[in-house]
Amino acid sequence: MAVTNLNPPLPAERRKARMPLTVQLSLFWLLAMVLCALFVDVLRPYPITQMNLGTRLAAPGTPSHWLGTDELGRDVLSRLIQSVRSSLVIAFGATLISAFFGTLLGFMAAKFRGVVEHVVVMLADFQAALPFLIMSLAVLAFFGSSMLLLVCLMGFYGWERYARITRGLAISASAQGYAAAVVQLGAKPARVYLRHILPNVASTLIVSMTLTFPEIILMESSLSFLGLGVQPPDTSLGNMVGFGREYLTTAPWIMLSPAVVIVLTTLAISLAGDWLRDRLDPTL
Amino acid sequence: MIRFVTSRLFRAGLTVLSVMTFAFVVLRMSGDPAQVLLGPDVPQNVVQDFRDRWGLDDPIWQQYLSYLRAMLHGDFGLSMRDRSPAIDLVMQRIPATLQLTIPALILQLAFGIPAGIYAALKRGTLADRGVIVTAIVGFTVPSFVLGLLLVLIFAVTLGILPSGGASSWQHAILPVLTMSIGGIGVLARFSRSAMIEVMGQPYIRTASAKGVSWGDVVRNHALPNAAVPIVTIVGFMVGSLIAGAIIVETIFSWPGMGRLLIVSVTNRDLAVVQCILLLVAAVMVVSNLTVDLLYGWLDPRLRQTAPAH
Amino acid sequence: MSQLLDARGLVRVYTARRGLLGRPARVRAVDGVSLRVKRGETLGIVGESGSGKSTLGRVLLGIDAAQKGTVHIDGAPMPAFGTPGWRALRARIQMVYQDPLAALDRRLSVAHQLREPLDIHHLGDGESRSARISEVMQSVGLRPDQAGKFPHELSGGQRQRVVIARALMTEPELLVCDEPVSALDVSIQAQVVNLLADLQRDRGLGMVFISHDLKVVRNLCDRVAVMYLGRIVEEGPAEAVFADPRHPYTQALISSVPQPGRAANSRIILQGEPPDPGNRPPGCAFHPRCPMAEDSCRRAIPETRAVGGARSAACHLVAPAALTEPA
Repeated sequence: MAVTNLNPPLPAERRKARMPLTVQLSLFWLLAMVLCALFVDVLRPYPITQMNLGTRLAAPGTPSHWLGTDELGRDVLSRLIQSVRSSLVIAFGATLISAFFGTLLGFMAAKFRGVVEHVVVMLADFQAALPFLIMSLAVLAFFGSSMLLLVCLMGFYGWERYARITRGLAISASAQGYAAAVVQLGAKPARVYLRHILPNVASTLIVSMTLTFPEIILMESSLSFLGLGVQPPDTSLGNMVGFGREYLTTAPWIMLSPAVVIVLTTLAISLAGDWLRDRLDPTL
Repeated sequence: MIRFVTSRLFRAGLTVLSVMTFAFVVLRMSGDPAQVLLGPDVPQNVVQDFRDRWGLDDPIWQQYLSYLRAMLHGDFGLSMRDRSPAIDLVMQRIPATLQLTIPALILQLAFGIPAGIYAALKRGTLADRGVIVTAIVGFTVPSFVLGLLLVLIFAVTLGILPSGGASSWQHAILPVLTMSIGGIGVLARFSRSAMIEVMGQPYIRTASAKGVSWGDVVRNHALPNAAVPIVTIVGFMVGSLIAGAIIVETIFSWPGMGRLLIVSVTNRDLAVVQCILLLVAAVMVVSNLTVDLLYGWLDPRLRQTAPAH
Repeated sequence: MSQLLDARGLVRVYTARRGLLGRPARVRAVDGVSLRVKRGETLGIVGESGSGKSTLGRVLLGIDAAQKGTVHIDGAPMPAFGTPGWRALRARIQMVYQDPLAALDRRLSVAHQLREPLDIHHLGDGESRSARISEVMQSVGLRPDQAGKFPHELSGGQRQRVVIARALMTEPELLVCDEPVSALDVSIQAQVVNLLADLQRDRGLGMVFISHDLKVVRNLCDRVAVMYLGRIVEEGPAEAVFADPRHPYTQALISSVPQPGRAANSRIILQGEPPDPGNRPPGCAFHPRCPMAEDSCRRAIPETRAVGGARSAACHLVAPAALTEPA
């Protein structure tokens, strides 16, 4: 579930409307996060595992450690920058996987109908019957946690949303629209789906990705918070909050700075996504 | 209507079957079930008894059928911790979880829906803005952050509420708040847009134009129609409450099913994990089915056609 | 001379299910239709909505498979839908759609849309494809500067010209037009009909023209087939059928077209319910609305019989050719 714009402006208003300040700030924040993830090695003041027992639990504002240090004297800012990268990489990879398989299943349901369609509906029912967190926990319990498994697991999140959208749009395009016309021109199914239907549903898919992306960040953070997602020595935002929880009374900054980053990032994606949705696809 | 109900029941059964199949496949992929579900250091005769009961020496499809039979009889294997049946262990924890989820659900319904409807009727006012902002915050702040913030404020800084445990009713306040705030936001936002949608329909304008009083328009025409989409999201709320319970019980050391799940996952106590997995699936299927049937009852158009959505 | 299109005994039954577990209802959309089109000949198919004429068009193109009957193109049987043979045949038989905006990919420019058939069928190289695009655009009356336009930037008539141009890119021999002008403004309809007539004459196209508009069919078509509830009830040279309709349904249809100099009260007003393909009356499907229906019409389905002058009709009350004139 993401934040939907509750009072969409009329089409005329929409065209005139300038980018609101909140959206500008959101995009600015997201840009900063992406730059953090890209240039982590340059930006990070200290290696994330470098301990300094002399400066344990230093408060934020300490000259050499702006955001303070944790229980082992590790620099919180450095760990935070590294965590932003882990969380964004996982969420990005998972969003792409989920969009890919969701779209594929949606297209297959539209192309073959019948049994294939029923199987896809059954898979979606299955997904709806298990809260995603619980399914993830069960899989991690049976197979143990690893980065690859985590990305793949998160990649199962939200596929049914893409499947539903692409199935609907592909069926309507094939019923009597441009897709049927291209088939009648003699095009092979691959051409019909990849060159015609996919580009036509792309904007809707991108908007759906802005819905899925923050949800995956929250899901990964929750798992890492519970100690079952990203494992040390790797670090992620949820994992920092999880470990910082032990020092809630004595050193709340360990937990607060990653928490603020999580909240601001999901908020920024939601606001920017809302705005994008109004621009690209007001029907969603 | 009978056709609608039977088709929904059929789909619910199919979903339960698919979850059991999922558990079976995951179980098989992770090793020998006797080892996995009974744990190490179990006497040979217990293992053999289990192998016989589950038919682990039979062909795979017979194993699958035996597995389904065992599941339906509540035989989920033994917990590694004290060799007691996993189902008993889980059942002991359910009341504690219900003590959190039921009040949280009531709070969500009692505040979320009226707030959303109020915001829709007072569109554009300060109250409306307030509901929107609360809803956005409710969505973007994950429950583990919210829970820790509440602890920081009410337990650490103000010292007026306990930060963890379950020995008095005060202990439940922060967990229930943590679980309900996000849901109130989601429900308020959804109710608001459902209500705005309905208020824009031609039959509302017709009723107003006929001279029906505003209060009657809202009560007799808008609310019953807005209820249809709102009901669909309540099924979703149940799922997020169960997921929320896992996190909240961990933060507040609440001895419920969610904490049992985390401990079992960490210790690879797989019989318990599997038992919780299937139990949650059963609860979700029942709640989704209830929502579907309620939806069919509220929206007569669906009774005839029973479309697959 | 061999027939370009030769369809025999086509039957297409849809099974429409009401709901997931609903009782399936059988709809005989096309029920035993045979027709032939020669090279350079235009066959009009007219009928009310629900008469099955659009389904017939899809079956003739092989998009929809008939349960019974055969379609031959130039003597060769129609390959199954989606097979390489079926796709290759698309270079020779093409379609023009009712709604040009829906039939065009809204993301692609006119030139891009027109290039697609050449890409698909690997015709020509880059330069000759561009030349072909300009040539066809000119022949359908599009300006060269419109090549870069997108569908939504064109008017309805221009869009239909793009659809027609796209259909002509591979120089097909047969064109199936399904209500090609009914979505256009009346003022544009004549231009598009004239364009189709010119193209058909210049290129010697065989054409199946599906329409509910009798005036257009009369102007454009060499022969006409009248459909009622999935069957052809009358067929013959367009002039002859319009001047002297034999089947009571055709008579009613033609009399419904207002003509200057004829009194409005001479029109035949059809009685009863409009036809429902899911609930076909027994005997002659037209009998509940037929002003001349007799007992035999309620019992037996009338056979299609030659009624002279290369014409045929399916009515118990129309005398066969042998009785009216020597064959």
